[in-house]
Amino acid sequence: MDKVIVANNLSLSYSKDETIINKVSFSIDSGSFIFITGASGSGKSTLLKSLYGALKPQEGSLVVAGVELNGVTRSKLNLLRKHTGIVFQDYKLVKEWTIEKNIMLPLIISGYDKTVQKTQVDTLLKHVRLTHQAGKYPKELSGGEQQRVAMARALSHNPVLILADEPTGNLDDYSSQLIWNLLEGANTDLKSTVIVVTHHIPESMGVDFKHFHIEYGSIHEVA
Amino acid sequence: MKSLKNHLSLVVALLSILFSLQTFIIVDRSINAYKDNLANNYSIVAVSQKTLNANIIINQHKLIKKIVLLSPDKVIKKLNHGISKKNIDLLKLSLPKFYKLVLVYYPSPSEVNNLTKALLRDTSVIKVETFSKSHDTTYKLLLLFKTVISVLAFSVGIVTILLISKELKIWQFKHTERMNIMGLFGAPTWLSSAVLFRLAFVDALIASAFAFVIFSYIASSVWVEEQLSNIGITVIVFDPILDFGVMLGLALLLSTLLATLIVISHKEEV
Repeated sequence: MDKVIVANNLSLSYSKDETIINKVSFSIDSGSFIFITGASGSGKSTLLKSLYGALKPQEGSLVVAGVELNGVTRSKLNLLRKHTGIVFQDYKLVKEWTIEKNIMLPLIISGYDKTVQKTQVDTLLKHVRLTHQAGKYPKELSGGEQQRVAMARALSHNPVLILADEPTGNLDDYSSQLIWNLLEGANTDLKSTVIVVTHHIPESMGVDFKHFHIEYGSIHEVA
Repeated sequence: MKSLKNHLSLVVALLSILFSLQTFIIVDRSINAYKDNLANNYSIVAVSQKTLNANIIINQHKLIKKIVLLSPDKVIKKLNHGISKKNIDLLKLSLPKFYKLVLVYYPSPSEVNNLTKALLRDTSVIKVETFSKSHDTTYKLLLLFKTVISVLAFSVGIVTILLISKELKIWQFKHTERMNIMGLFGAPTWLSSAVLFRLAFVDALIASAFAFVIFSYIASSVWVEEQLSNIGITVIVFDPILDFGVMLGLALLLSTLLATLIVISHKEEV
């Protein structure tokens, strides 16, 4: 099976004094569903940031979808991000844009035709049950609704890799279930590789998954 | 309403800059027009024992525009009581020639001095009257106006820098988040900053249009015309092509500079 992520002796840190992830090596198969768990401050989100190039490796190598992120050029990084769907803990929706335009963002960046953009957004709005909110702005929506918008945006361009940072962190059961269904759907229907950083793995998952745990700067697979 | 708010802050900043610039241009034009007026009314008188060749003098002294021979008839008329015609003719012949030298522009006192010295080098020229006292006072007054205008221009420059840097901070705050989010989804810099440049372009157009309307109104004002004619000058208050071109150019330059600075200083959030 193809590897979508390969890390070798990877170290990550925000400053020279403190290493968050220390010389870890792991790989992730293309099309797999991965959960990454760990205590607060263990480095889960840090590792996720490194996967979309927001944090450069301090040491070692990290290859994501064939792109070596150590010393990556801006254009290669943009290309990688165009094929990645990211769900952020704090949603990161553009405040001055409507929900519809927020979901459209990856499609605009990838240069899709306007008709395709509209069709895709309409479909996703239906999936996240927010069709009636399309013209509203993020601040007019609840946290759960905003997270569903962020999820729709992450899926809009059919990405090969989906990275989600605590996507159901503060959500009610209804919104959480919608999010898990969408992530499972992307994994099974679109064959996207899904990596979810979370504190809690849902009890029933409709797909096979792997579980990695981060502790004291190391990562290991939980059987 | 929201869209209006987005535009208002930069439009106001740009408009105040354009307003200051055009005011400076009008005052500068008024001073230059006044200076031309002074040059037309000011002349030097040269007294020569021989007839001067106007072409040679004008070629030798670039400051001289025209030489006019002054008629001695008025002076002689005052003296002609009891003097025979023959003697008057003799007197006419023995009198030196008086020339009014019209100048190209209103010269500085040192230029007047240099011209006087140069004219006196010609042995036939026996006297040069420059009316230096009144000339020097007027010139100093003009110089004072020029200095005030330069200080004003400098102040406008400082205010411009302050307004732009304030606007830079506001824009950075307003646009960084969107640019950052777009960057996280792989948008190239030109795309993530396109909104910024579009806003800068539109705001520059709006500010220039407002300035155009304001100065077109001022230029057509009878009151302004009266004030200028009171000091004996005619000034183009607002040239709809040249001045508007300068305004639009400056507004576009400043707003584009502002957008470019934001793009350059933008750093991706980690």
